[in-house]
Amino acid sequence: MSHLSAETLGRARDLVALYPHRRSALIPLCHLAQEQDGWLRPEAMEEIAGLVGVTPAEVLGTASFYDMLHTEPVGTYVVAVCTNIACMLRGAYELLEHAEDHLGVRAGQTTADGVFTLEDAECLADCGRAPCLQVNHRFFGDVTPEGFETLVADLRRGALDGEVPHHGTLLRVRRTGGLQVEPSRVEAERAASAGAAAGRANQGGKG
Amino acid sequence: MVVSEAPRIVTSRIGFEDSHTLVRYLDTGGYTGLRKALTMTPEAVAAEVDGASLLGRGGAGFPAGRKWSMLRKGPIPYLVVNGDESEPATFKDHLLLEKDPHQLVEGVVIAAYALQVARVFIYIRGEFALGLERVQAALNEAYAQGAVGRDIFGSGFSVDIVVHPGAGAYICGEETALLESLEGKRGYPRIKPPYFPAAIGLYGEPTVVNNVETMSNLPWIITNGAAAFTALGEGRSTGTRLFALAGQVRNPGVYEVEMVKTTFRDLIYAPVLGGGVLHGRELKAVIPGGVSAPWIGPAQLDTPLGQDEVAALDTMLGSGSIVVMDETTCMVRAAWRITRFFWRESCGQCTPCREGSGWLEKILRRIEDGVGREADLDLLMDTCDNLAPGVSWPPQQTTICVLGPSIPSSIASAIRMFRDDFLVHIKEGGCPHG
Amino acid sequence: MADPVVTSHHGLASRVAPDAAPVTITIDGVPVEAAAGEFLIAAAERAGTFIPRFCYHPRMKPVGMCRMCLVEVSTPRGATLQPACYMAVAEGMEVVTTSEKVRKAQDGVLELLLVNHPLDCPVCDKGGECPLQDQVLAYGPGESRFLEEKRHWAKPIPISELVLLDRERCIQCGRCVRFAAEIAGEAQIDFLGRGDQTEVNIFEGASFSSVFSGNTVQICPVGALTATPYRFSARPWDLDQVESTCTTCALGCRVAVQSSANRATRMLGVDSDPVNQSWLCDKGRFGYESLNSGDRLVAPLRRRTPGGELEPVSWSEALSAVADRLGAIRGASGGSALAVLGGARLSNEDAYAWARLAKAVLGTDSVDAQLGDGLPAEVVLGLPRATVDEACAAPVVLLLSGDLREELPVLFLRLRGALEEGGTRLVELSSRATSLTPLAAASLAYRPGEAAATVAALAAGKGGPEGIDPAAWTAALSALEGAGPDGAGMVVVLGRPSLSEDGALVAEAAAAMASAWPGARFLPALRRGNVMGALDMGLAPGILPGRVSLAEGRAWFEEAWGPLPADRGRDCAGILRGAVEGSVEAIVLLGADPLGDFPDRALADEALEKVGFVVAVDAFLSPSAARADVVLPAAVHHERAGTTTNIEGRISRTAQKLVGPGQAWPDWMIASELAARLGTELPAGSVAELWDEIERLAPSHAGITRAALEAPGARDGIVAPLPASPVSLSRRGGPARIDPVATPGIESVERQGAPPRAGLAERSGVADDPAATTAGSVGRPRPLGWPQSVDPPHVGPLDNYSLRLVSGRHLYDEGVLLEVCPSLGALADRATARANPYDLDRLGLTTGGHVKVRSARGSLVLETVADAGVPRGVVTIGFNLGVAGEAGGTGGAAALIGAGEAVVDVRLESLSGRTTVPRTPAPKPTPTPAEEEGA
Ligand SMILES: Cc1cc2nc3c(=O)[nH]c(=O)nc-3n(C[C@H](O)[C@H](O)[C@H](O)COP(=O)(O)O)c2cc1C
Ligand code: SF4
Ligand code: FES
Repeated sequence: MSHLSAETLGRARDLVALYPHRRSALIPLCHLAQEQDGWLRPEAMEEIAGLVGVTPAEVLGTASFYDMLHTEPVGTYVVAVCTNIACMLRGAYELLEHAEDHLGVRAGQTTADGVFTLEDAECLADCGRAPCLQVNHRFFGDVTPEGFETLVADLRRGALDGEVPHHGTLLRVRRTGGLQVEPSRVEAERAASAGAAAGRANQGGKG
Repeated sequence: MVVSEAPRIVTSRIGFEDSHTLVRYLDTGGYTGLRKALTMTPEAVAAEVDGASLLGRGGAGFPAGRKWSMLRKGPIPYLVVNGDESEPATFKDHLLLEKDPHQLVEGVVIAAYALQVARVFIYIRGEFALGLERVQAALNEAYAQGAVGRDIFGSGFSVDIVVHPGAGAYICGEETALLESLEGKRGYPRIKPPYFPAAIGLYGEPTVVNNVETMSNLPWIITNGAAAFTALGEGRSTGTRLFALAGQVRNPGVYEVEMVKTTFRDLIYAPVLGGGVLHGRELKAVIPGGVSAPWIGPAQLDTPLGQDEVAALDTMLGSGSIVVMDETTCMVRAAWRITRFFWRESCGQCTPCREGSGWLEKILRRIEDGVGREADLDLLMDTCDNLAPGVSWPPQQTTICVLGPSIPSSIASAIRMFRDDFLVHIKEGGCPHG
Repeated sequence: MADPVVTSHHGLASRVAPDAAPVTITIDGVPVEAAAGEFLIAAAERAGTFIPRFCYHPRMKPVGMCRMCLVEVSTPRGATLQPACYMAVAEGMEVVTTSEKVRKAQDGVLELLLVNHPLDCPVCDKGGECPLQDQVLAYGPGESRFLEEKRHWAKPIPISELVLLDRERCIQCGRCVRFAAEIAGEAQIDFLGRGDQTEVNIFEGASFSSVFSGNTVQICPVGALTATPYRFSARPWDLDQVESTCTTCALGCRVAVQSSANRATRMLGVDSDPVNQSWLCDKGRFGYESLNSGDRLVAPLRRRTPGGELEPVSWSEALSAVADRLGAIRGASGGSALAVLGGARLSNEDAYAWARLAKAVLGTDSVDAQLGDGLPAEVVLGLPRATVDEACAAPVVLLLSGDLREELPVLFLRLRGALEEGGTRLVELSSRATSLTPLAAASLAYRPGEAAATVAALAAGKGGPEGIDPAAWTAALSALEGAGPDGAGMVVVLGRPSLSEDGALVAEAAAAMASAWPGARFLPALRRGNVMGALDMGLAPGILPGRVSLAEGRAWFEEAWGPLPADRGRDCAGILRGAVEGSVEAIVLLGADPLGDFPDRALADEALEKVGFVVAVDAFLSPSAARADVVLPAAVHHERAGTTTNIEGRISRTAQKLVGPGQAWPDWMIASELAARLGTELPAGSVAELWDEIERLAPSHAGITRAALEAPGARDGIVAPLPASPVSLSRRGGPARIDPVATPGIESVERQGAPPRAGLAERSGVADDPAATTAGSVGRPRPLGWPQSVDPPHVGPLDNYSLRLVSGRHLYDEGVLLEVCPSLGALADRATARANPYDLDRLGLTTGGHVKVRSARGSLVLETVADAGVPRGVVTIGFNLGVAGEAGGTGGAAALIGAGEAVVDVRLESLSGRTTVPRTPAPKPTPTPAEEEGA
């Protein structure tokens, strides 16, 4: 039985087809599985392993390297408050403390009702609007403590459903159509470059 | 204080609400650079870029044209665009991805044509959900327009472009880690040599890696010619550049300014730019080019924003992010926070970086919490020495990539420039700034 | 550690082409020759400069992670710290390894490594042989300045039956991770997390089930990975060791046998370049537990009354009982009524003594070291032989054998490595997917019985036989082009693809190969212990020591041995059949367990039941030995010195490390005593004298003297026969320096104790003049050659209702070894019936259901498994495996196979007892690749 839904599997196969080597689709497929389940379940990792031709340990090993891929359950909303230097200089830690008090959890924890996971994030690259945060990877800038409470209330009552999809959803814009350039051309070029590579063989190096 | 009247090269459309749409793009001269490029030979396009002396905007500042020409001898299967932007306080690519995705796509196709590659991957930081959607939407439109895909604009040239999301790891901005990540692996930087992925890149094949901003400059360069580009700036630092200004300034944001003609002081204090230090306070220190760069003080503010000019201060322009710290800033805390970032983002391969970053973070926190000792300052410097022998600039390296050797920059800057801040913490058992 | 450099004969695996141009570099001011492109760390080591390291391992690609190997290298840009482990040497390079800058870097890395390392050395298995401990002493800081809390993980967690993981001790060198992915090709263990929260671990809920897992323990430079069997059992400084040869399978990996107070405590892989390159399989590594087993036979046993219990008796009584009975039968019915089965457990010297006893004293040629699960001795001994290195360097490897990972695991690793490197292409002839299939240029799924026809069609270069995937066929033909027209670029790995396909059919295929590709060489893939040595020594019907036939060698050997049997004797199947019919009246089981190992279990059972007299010479009371009239306890490898011969014909020494339990004797001594009681004194009175006699008489062993075997350059063994022109025996010169971090466990014991010994001589008597015992009148016989005529049995057509049985060996089976090794016992595989999903569906069966599998010979209830790797028309059932679930039972496919049948066709019946009716017509044997993908 497949854990991934038929729709997810279909999208997964489309993604695999975009890469010359299927392992390259590993991270996109992890995102996809998160989109389905909210987090990366072991069953999903095993299935991804089969789709990209690696072992489940390699999927876990790769996924656990990346902060966005959660191998433990998270809340409906993952609230990531940036505390890096630019935001810190503009009150990020005060915001984070307020968020902790308001949600009743420490950074890294999920509220008892399973709605919010609070994270202490590294720079989110929105420093022009410091302090900033993301909810399910959607940006909110210039967040004041009061603004944070409003945001939480809005999220709870679904007022931001259009802006903030559920956790794990990354690209709501799908690629239309697959690849257009004939593989033969890529193949031919690759063959030619392999010849050239032979000449460089002694340069060594990993990968 | 003069801010030059340079044209806007990569941010000309940013003011428009719909700057990301194809309609606006075509309205504002979109895809003319590509159409022009397709009438030229690939060699001529590459020569134009080389002539423009376009320095890479990813941080290392290596001339794009020279990188390309190292490769053009044999076929290059892959071009990879680095849109991982995770260097703290750097948020210029974020802007370009969300606000002008077509400009990026056009630049990428121009580069692909010059390099004659058949497949491009645009690696975009995973947290940029909106940027990912905007670039994918732009690509879909570009494919539909015939600007990407088969037989682009009837020229016979074909290229596929794939948007690839990252998943949250700063180190994947380092180009060899990025390639590993793109291959579906842990983002471990590769051992060097080879020093560039040019020789052995994606899937072991020759690969060009360039930054988003670097690519976004190409449509203008091709449309207006290399000479127009080199007319701006000075020396090696030609054209304009995006600076992400953050921290305690009145108007933080991304500014496109002409290189060399503008100084740190201009950028921070000009009313049309930074607008001065927040609440009119005194400036204490500036991080000039991302948190990997050693800091500068008020005395160095008149240095022009140019690659070599800043290098002369024993620091760098790096990723073009400038963080302003005012007189109220606790420098122990600032150094601690930056170190904490490196500790959390070290990939973990190299012992000095993996263990050293964590240890340094713990020592700095101890001092900040008021339980440090004077000997800790020597211990900090000595451990920094294990990451970057001599703690000089540019750093010597004991590690695979330069993340590790970047850690000492802020610690050494803080200790050298603000030793008293540390001593007060140690003597008074806590942070005077509260 | 005063001098971290220990000497040994095992050099580094340089990844540099042997013909690479030499360059000159200076290391600490001294000019040194190196090969261009060689890693600095290796070049320095050869020159006597040890550069400290953790992550570097000479058998794996460098990753440069630990940063311990930093040295100062002068480049045009000045002197900078560079990692010696992946910096390639270049002409004129100036290297400084002792400067203050280098010292500071080493000191710094070590201090940082200890930041998060628990200092639990007193309770750590690695204490005393820990590269981290050693290098901290040699290069590290005096004291730690780290005051903070260390990182914490749950203390050792079991990641398999055999391996425990303590993540706190891990220094993230990645050796285990790289071994699993790069060498074993099964990345079951990986880094998880990032930065200083990185841990190695397995997938949640999974087990580190690799049969190579023990290698990760051996190469872990700290105590992060420890082996359950060894844990807390010893301290390295209490261990003593010898270098010896593993006899678990016929590859003959070099091992260090370590013991303490006459208990085997550990087995480590020694880096033998031509053989195992430091790796071992877990069965070989942990099988030493059997040496300490309480189940060992410690005294002779005898049934004093027919049908009575086996009871301990004196050696003298037991030997007399055996000699009297065998002598009586010989007198009454002639030697041909006697038979000897087995011998693969023996050393060469033992086997030789038994061959002489059987053929010259008992007067029987019915002697067979193989139990119907091998290949005819003439085929094995007569085909031109290749070495493992030659196979790994050959442009084409043609494989006709079972799954090598199950049968000869380290040979699998070696071939896998060669295929990964890309210089070698594999064409696989196999009746099911094997562990090498994913790396094969082409896998031709032939149906049992059709091997020779498939080979003939391949050789003809035309279209493939019906049923074989055309794409695979084309790929195979194109790959074979690389072997050249006469096959000189080809090595054939020849074993038994299935125990339910008569060995003569494989011989027929081999004959077809040898005639189609006269330049091809063969690497036999026989799996059992020293089976090659036993065959070399004449423990096979029609064969005399030195790879000569009975006819060819008769005159020569009769001169030395006395009269030999007139006729060629029977093979194992013939002996068992003779026992049933009454023409064989006594069987000596020489470490043989036909009940477990002979493919036709019912025949073995009946034979042991009917034969008048059974003698078992064994270390354990196997099911067959339990049926014997007299049981003689034998000493096994590592309890006596001698030599063994591997599949290449490589003769290497096994050493005595332990004293056998109780009254166990070496087999040669048992043979000698029996001969004496039968009225013939065998001249050789020691292992050394036996070897001298072998060297003198066995043509293929001429020139391989004891002195040659004991020479330092021969520690990787000597391949017999010696080449016609005298060449240096050694691939390497004298002792070379070795990386003490590569296999810390060997080095530490070496450092702390006496240097390793490998023994052959028990009495170091000097060989007599060869001419003294053999008169000059008869010339040396010529070794077996090729072509030999092969007379294959007839293969009938497969009917619509049946599937053809394929049965292979599993590494973890029901053999005695697993039973007596506490740590391995739980690993035994269970038998299932695996078939193509198409066939299961066609027969109305579902995966996971139970079926009765019925052959002409017997039946068995098994669980079904759908497996797209099994071709259509075929069912695979493991051999000598327990049967899972309610059905229970032992032996696996042995219940279904009839000796003498060319192939075995079976029907699968749903458990209600009715034969299932095929829903679709007769199967096309092979699925298309697309179907395989989809399943
Ligand atoms: C630790 C580290 C992080 C980096 N992060 C980025 C990044 O986020 N974006 C980027 O474009 N380049 C980054 N770089 C630089 C890249 O390695 C590479 O030099 C650049 O992408 C090349 O593009 P350019 O020549 O157009 O600048 C980073 C380098 C290092 C060592
Ligand atoms: S320096 Fe740090 S980030 Fe760079 S490769 Fe080494 S461990 Fe990874
Ligand atoms: S980095 Fe060279 S041995 Fe580890």
